[in-house]
Amino acid sequence: MSPYPSPVAIVRTLKVEEPRSTIPPGASLSRNAFGKLVYVEADGTVHTDVAPVRAFPIDAALENIALVSADGHELLWIARLADLDDAARTLIAEELDAREFMPEILRILEVSSYATPSQWQVETDRGPTRLTLKSEQDIRRVAGPLLLISDDNGIHFLIRDMTALDRLSRKLLDRFL
Amino acid sequence: MLAVPVPDTWQADLLGQMAPDERVLAWLAPDLDSGLRYAQGMVAVTTHRILAKPGVDAAWSSWPVQTGLKLRTHDQAGVGSLELVDDSARLGWWRYTLAHQAAATRLVEQFDRLLTGEVTQPDDQSAYGDIDGFDDEATAAPAGWALLRLGRFAKPYRTLLIIGFILTVLSTAATLVPPYLTMPLMDEVLIPFQNGAPIDYPKAGWYLSGLFASAIFAWVLGWGRTYILAWVSERIGADLRTTTYEHLQQLSLEYFGGKRTGDLMARIGSETDRICIFLSLHLLDFATDILMIVMTALILVSIDPWLAMVTLLPLPFIAWMIHAVRDRLRHGFEKVDRIWSEITNVLADTIPGIRVVKAFAQEKREVARFREANDHNLAVNDRVNKVWSLFSPTVTLLTEIGLLIVWGFGIWLIARHQISVGVLAAFLAYISRFYLRLDSMSRIVSVTQKAAAGAKRIFDILDRVSSVPEPANPVTLPRVQGHIKISNAAFRYGSRSVLRGVSLDIAPGEMIGLVGHSGSGKSTLVNLICRFYDVSEGSISVDGVDIRSLAISGYRHNIGVVLQEPFLFFGTIAENIAYGKPQATREEIIASARAAHAHEFILRLPHGYDSLVGERGQSLSGGERQRISIARALLIDPRILILDEATSSVDTATEKEIQKALDNLVRGRTTIAVAHRLSTLRRASRLVVLDRGQIVEEGPHDVLMAKQGAYFRLHQAQSRQADGDMTAWNNNADENAA
Repeated sequence: MSPYPSPVAIVRTLKVEEPRSTIPPGASLSRNAFGKLVYVEADGTVHTDVAPVRAFPIDAALENIALVSADGHELLWIARLADLDDAARTLIAEELDAREFMPEILRILEVSSYATPSQWQVETDRGPTRLTLKSEQDIRRVAGPLLLISDDNGIHFLIRDMTALDRLSRKLLDRFL
Repeated sequence: MLAVPVPDTWQADLLGQMAPDERVLAWLAPDLDSGLRYAQGMVAVTTHRILAKPGVDAAWSSWPVQTGLKLRTHDQAGVGSLELVDDSARLGWWRYTLAHQAAATRLVEQFDRLLTGEVTQPDDQSAYGDIDGFDDEATAAPAGWALLRLGRFAKPYRTLLIIGFILTVLSTAATLVPPYLTMPLMDEVLIPFQNGAPIDYPKAGWYLSGLFASAIFAWVLGWGRTYILAWVSERIGADLRTTTYEHLQQLSLEYFGGKRTGDLMARIGSETDRICIFLSLHLLDFATDILMIVMTALILVSIDPWLAMVTLLPLPFIAWMIHAVRDRLRHGFEKVDRIWSEITNVLADTIPGIRVVKAFAQEKREVARFREANDHNLAVNDRVNKVWSLFSPTVTLLTEIGLLIVWGFGIWLIARHQISVGVLAAFLAYISRFYLRLDSMSRIVSVTQKAAAGAKRIFDILDRVSSVPEPANPVTLPRVQGHIKISNAAFRYGSRSVLRGVSLDIAPGEMIGLVGHSGSGKSTLVNLICRFYDVSEGSISVDGVDIRSLAISGYRHNIGVVLQEPFLFFGTIAENIAYGKPQATREEIIASARAAHAHEFILRLPHGYDSLVGERGQSLSGGERQRISIARALLIDPRILILDEATSSVDTATEKEIQKALDNLVRGRTTIAVAHRLSTLRRASRLVVLDRGQIVEEGPHDVLMAKQGAYFRLHQAQSRQADGDMTAWNNNADENAA
């Protein structure tokens, strides 16, 4: 007899676990006076300072969100944010807004030079700002027209579709690609 | 009164809020609001209270300083938070990008000292300095035109360059003699003959020998100039390459972490070569062309100013065209360069990973990826060629038109008896050369742009300042004792905080085991001690001296490192053992190999210590390679020893052998061992448990086990796993037996 399990058996053990996409009955999510999210499990265990974490922050912002305890363990899996009841969804959406910071560049207004390091004046979905591009390599193509630009402080700026930018922005951006 | 300088925009506003005897101790200008939109705010700690205004139009709020209040900062994904809390709730919450982290830390520090009554006076701001260490490598800005900066490399060859230049002038002048001689040859020999006079043979012979002499002259001078200048430019290219590589070696690990191998290889290899060819070939040609044009223009004007003017008419057009196309081409070529390194990157990614590619049968996918990069290259090149292909024929067309104008105007002048046939012949001879040069000059545009783009990319490397700077006045330690003191060290990698508030005192000769989950900051701490990176906050000192004030290489000579993946360079085993001390004697090498338990297996190899090991030491097993790297560390006899997961990648049996070698190595040295497998740390006098960048427990094995804390849990998890492995093993054996 072969000491190795058959391929079929291996595939069977990899069976996809059914995701729990709503807060189970008895458990609850709330915000305390310190502004931290508190998750109480059905058995009464209290987790303070839990954090929602997007599994695919770029690809699927409203799906596949994990609720993670302060020491990094997954407590709850939310397959789709829409599945939650209003109160919990608002809490999680608020928390996500305050935690995740990936400004999306809507327009590039001005660049200080075409040689790096270069200062860019940009308009983002979170208001106008200035970023410093350390080198051309900090612009990464993620998939298709999607670009991720990291500035000198490690903030990631997103350009969702470089072909959809206006002419000036495209022209400026093109010089760095 | 403002004792600490506050930004101008906030000064009046802040002053209006404060009582007469109140002073600002520290401030922070948060640049984000609570919903993480960009907005300017202000938080200030004064001698009496905390003053805050979340936005320009918002109202001020203030909290009087009293016990129970706490200010805290933390950061996540590039955004920092400052929270003001009391015992029952959060009172204020401000967000900022990490550029303001230093100010936030200062604010919290001042607030804490205010609470304990330590300060009532603002500190000297300069005492804090700038602790935004991560900007160091970015601040060096490129200045001036990249190609001109190559002058620095040309300096040592000044004399030769001047000789080369004189030769260029002379040889160019020599090539201009023949057309000049056609003038008298035509007017004094050929035309009189056509009019019936006999040929003046001595005169013709005289002119012909003049032609021959100038040709020989031009040949000799041209040879001399080309040889000298090519010799010099080859040296400049070589110096550039070595300097760049030398500089690259000085840069910190952080730089290499952010760069891809293929790109760096392309820069140092092909870019320097391109610059070298540009200097030796194209620039030389260009200089000759310019000289030729100036000289020809002078000669033409001296013969006949009117015809000269007509001849030179198309020149401004061509100059304008060159200028117009220059810009487009340069961007195009910069693009081509970047795409080219994209292709190299695909190669550099997949060739070392070829086993993974083949194992998952993804050859087609990798080919597709390569084709995509190549297609991109093609598209960019097509675009450049579109401009480029139009360029040369246009120059030729202009040349032809120029010749036509000269013919027409010349015939008209001859008809009016203002010039002789010989003068027209000389003009035509000159300008056909002249335009030919203009044509080749137009080519200089593209090569100059290419070389300039290459030079820019080289200077990108040369302008980088290491984020682990060499101290200006290094302190020398005569003999390191090995007393390491880490005080309140923090380290941030980009926006991720990897270590926070780590303090550790390690006595000389002590062995410390660092344990924790992966990602808990063990390796980072070790990298900080080696000074591969510098701490973002706090300090690390050895024998009471901050390691930042020690000369880097001098300091690292005192550190022996054994890594998880031992890297063997291409060369003999002896060379690899003596890597840290190339002047080591054979006896020393053998002694350290013996101590590392490597001697015997080395003797079993066909060429003993002279056996060649490949790029990654392919012919040796993991345990053998590891023992060579232990011998390497032993040979330099370091006072401080770092074992970074030295036994993680080998099986248990091999581990035992390595462990024996390590025991020899550890004796009498300050040792910091990072290990995943807790069993390898039995000899450690103290274990330090790290969790998410902080020290959570510290003490000997037995004490920590008795404590039933984080270490106990780690230990339990591992012994369970080991048991599980054993059971699985036994079950399998049973099945096999059955």
